[in-house]
Amino acid sequence: MSTELVTMNIGPIHPSTHGVFRMRVTFDGETIIDAEPIIGYLHRGSEKLAEERTYTQVVTLTDRMDYTASMTNNQAYILSVEKLSGITPSERGVWLRMIAAELQRIAAHSVAIGFLINDLGAWHTPLLYLLREREKILELFEMMCGARITNSYLRPGGVFMDAPDEFWPSLNRFLDEMPNRLDDIENLLTDNEIILARTQNVAILDKNDAINASITGPMLRASGIDWDLRHRNPYDYYEKISFRRPLGTVGDNNDRYLIRLHEIRESLKIVEQCLDLIEPGPVQPEEVPFLVRPPIGESYVPIEAPKGELGFYLVSDGGISPFRCHVRAPSLINLTLLRDMVIGYKIADLFVTFGSIDVNMGEVDR
Amino acid sequence: MGPIRDSFIFEFLYCHLSLEASCSSVRIINIAFIPESLSWISFSLTAFFWIFVFVNAALIGVLALIWGERRLIGKFQARLGPNRWGPLGLFTPVADAIKVMFKEDIEPTLSDKLIYVLAPILMVVPVFMIFPIIPYGTKTFLTNISVGVVFVLAITSINSLSVLMAGWASGNRFAIIGGIRAVAMLLSYEIPMGISAAGVVIVAGSLSLSGVVNSQVIPNAIFQPLGFITFLIASTAELNRSPFDITEAESELVAGYMTDYSSMKFGLFYLGEFMATIASSAIIVTFYFSGWRGPSFIPSEIWFLTKWIGVIAIFIWFRATFPRLRIDQIMSLAWKGLFELSLINVLVLALMIAIWPDPTGIQLLIMTVINWIVFLVSVYIFGKILSPNLTGNKIKKRSVIYGLD
Repeated sequence: MSTELVTMNIGPIHPSTHGVFRMRVTFDGETIIDAEPIIGYLHRGSEKLAEERTYTQVVTLTDRMDYTASMTNNQAYILSVEKLSGITPSERGVWLRMIAAELQRIAAHSVAIGFLINDLGAWHTPLLYLLREREKILELFEMMCGARITNSYLRPGGVFMDAPDEFWPSLNRFLDEMPNRLDDIENLLTDNEIILARTQNVAILDKNDAINASITGPMLRASGIDWDLRHRNPYDYYEKISFRRPLGTVGDNNDRYLIRLHEIRESLKIVEQCLDLIEPGPVQPEEVPFLVRPPIGESYVPIEAPKGELGFYLVSDGGISPFRCHVRAPSLINLTLLRDMVIGYKIADLFVTFGSIDVNMGEVDR
Repeated sequence: MGPIRDSFIFEFLYCHLSLEASCSSVRIINIAFIPESLSWISFSLTAFFWIFVFVNAALIGVLALIWGERRLIGKFQARLGPNRWGPLGLFTPVADAIKVMFKEDIEPTLSDKLIYVLAPILMVVPVFMIFPIIPYGTKTFLTNISVGVVFVLAITSINSLSVLMAGWASGNRFAIIGGIRAVAMLLSYEIPMGISAAGVVIVAGSLSLSGVVNSQVIPNAIFQPLGFITFLIASTAELNRSPFDITEAESELVAGYMTDYSSMKFGLFYLGEFMATIASSAIIVTFYFSGWRGPSFIPSEIWFLTKWIGVIAIFIWFRATFPRLRIDQIMSLAWKGLFELSLINVLVLALMIAIWPDPTGIQLLIMTVINWIVFLVSVYIFGKILSPNLTGNKIKKRSVIYGLD
């Protein structure tokens, strides 16, 4: 019997491409022979737009890159601006943005796990449980800055306003509840035989391949490499904080899921430590001008965003807006190995692997 | 008029129309007016009436199931579910149905027109044929055909043909993959399903559904748990419901075989699928939950309905809980797991029936105990010892390690 290879266009309109990702996939029956990622459907020219805006206005552009993790995008950009213009941030502002960033990491990892399980074919149940927890974080953000997704909370030198009094009891309640909710999720998912059978030993990412492709974030740690910028190259006040870094043993989809789940627990501990260390004071130093005019120069400060190493490379010509802004987007770089990871596996594994990489098309295309 | 005599509800209506001599004892009110010589008219009228009732009851059942499923899954997922239209959102499926009817009917250029139109019809029609043969109560059934079990197994597998036709005719690659998967699943799961049903037949000593119900002093779900579990899993696969919904796998194949269908053609697929769920649940109640049997202070129809809703709820529970299996894992599960388990069940039952062809109460209890031992041992062997290898993927529970400072 003669058989034929089938080439299919999957995306940009497809339920599990997490936005507008497109793959041209060649199948032999159910087995993947080739997968060619095609990106660019959500390109909005954020980097170019940044050249037309003042340094403070660019913050709103960063919100819209990885829209599941606006706070960490803000943080990466603001750290770069502060380094460029030599602004020393106020202490309370830094603690507030660390709390915001860690809450954002919990929210982003919840989304990542939820949609990964959805790609596995669960009928939205784990996803909605996780989105419920994310909702509480978004409510906390709403208290902090009035916005839920596109926060624009950070400013050069700190944050633009202090969290209100009712924020702290709400945050404490969240920190009390969340570990139990995570236990529920783990009971439902971690030892589920279907999930184990679907994710274990699928799309194994080798340590060396991961390093050579400059993969970062949970995906790199799932391959067993202890590389977390909060620990290796501490920014803000992360050196005052102690936390553990979960590492995978095999580097397959199951490890990438487990890493995110355990990082949520570590993030909760970080927020608790921040709460112990934060002290009253101004959230932004008064000497920061309305229009930041950095001296001529360039800066790049990498941070550990939920998806990997995120950094803004800024070049200043001494004006009120960046001369050049380039984003090192972890989603884009983590996506580069998708083709090598999925070849030889089944159709269903393609989407699970894509989900486990956890890309955000807003960040890939910018 | 021989065959209709066993159906009380048919005869009841027939006798209120026909002046046939033998009917006088059945009649409650003397309103019959059709003479005996024209009995074919009364026969047809009765038949049309019951067809009308059964078809519409099935359709209303589908609406109720859509509502119930969405409502229950809403509860599972910590949200409200439909609640806008009517009390408790009861009219939501009605609104959905109206919406589906008024959608534009699209026929893809590449489609094979005749098969494309035929497929959704073939999805719905066979399922209607199951409802009349199911005994809903001591007297409430339309017909009692002597090969009911075989009939049920034959009819339920037709919808996979419809899925293949739909996938083929659409001229869409997502659809054809869905269709091919459906056939692969049908071939695999029909076998454990048939063998499990053989276990029921061996115990009942009859192929008719009434005979199956009458034989269940102990409900088969308790009497032969192994057969029940294999039959339940196989019928979940047969229904293409989660965790075996690979034919329409939303996250992979968009909508599988019905990707290119719209409007009422899509509506028919939807209808057929939900109706198949209802029909399969009724079959499971009949085979394994002793049908209408139950303490007599509650009418037998109520017993049947309660069990029916319970089994449907099990299917909804599956859908709310399980992620989907991969195609090769589904195949291994059928051939390396369910097939053997159902064979073990039939073997044990056949041996015991050979020793005690007509078991008394205490013998039935001994048989139940033996069945449970066989069930627990074989499920332990297959579920714990063999399962890491069943899927061809050696799974083991895993944890993370932590980076050293």
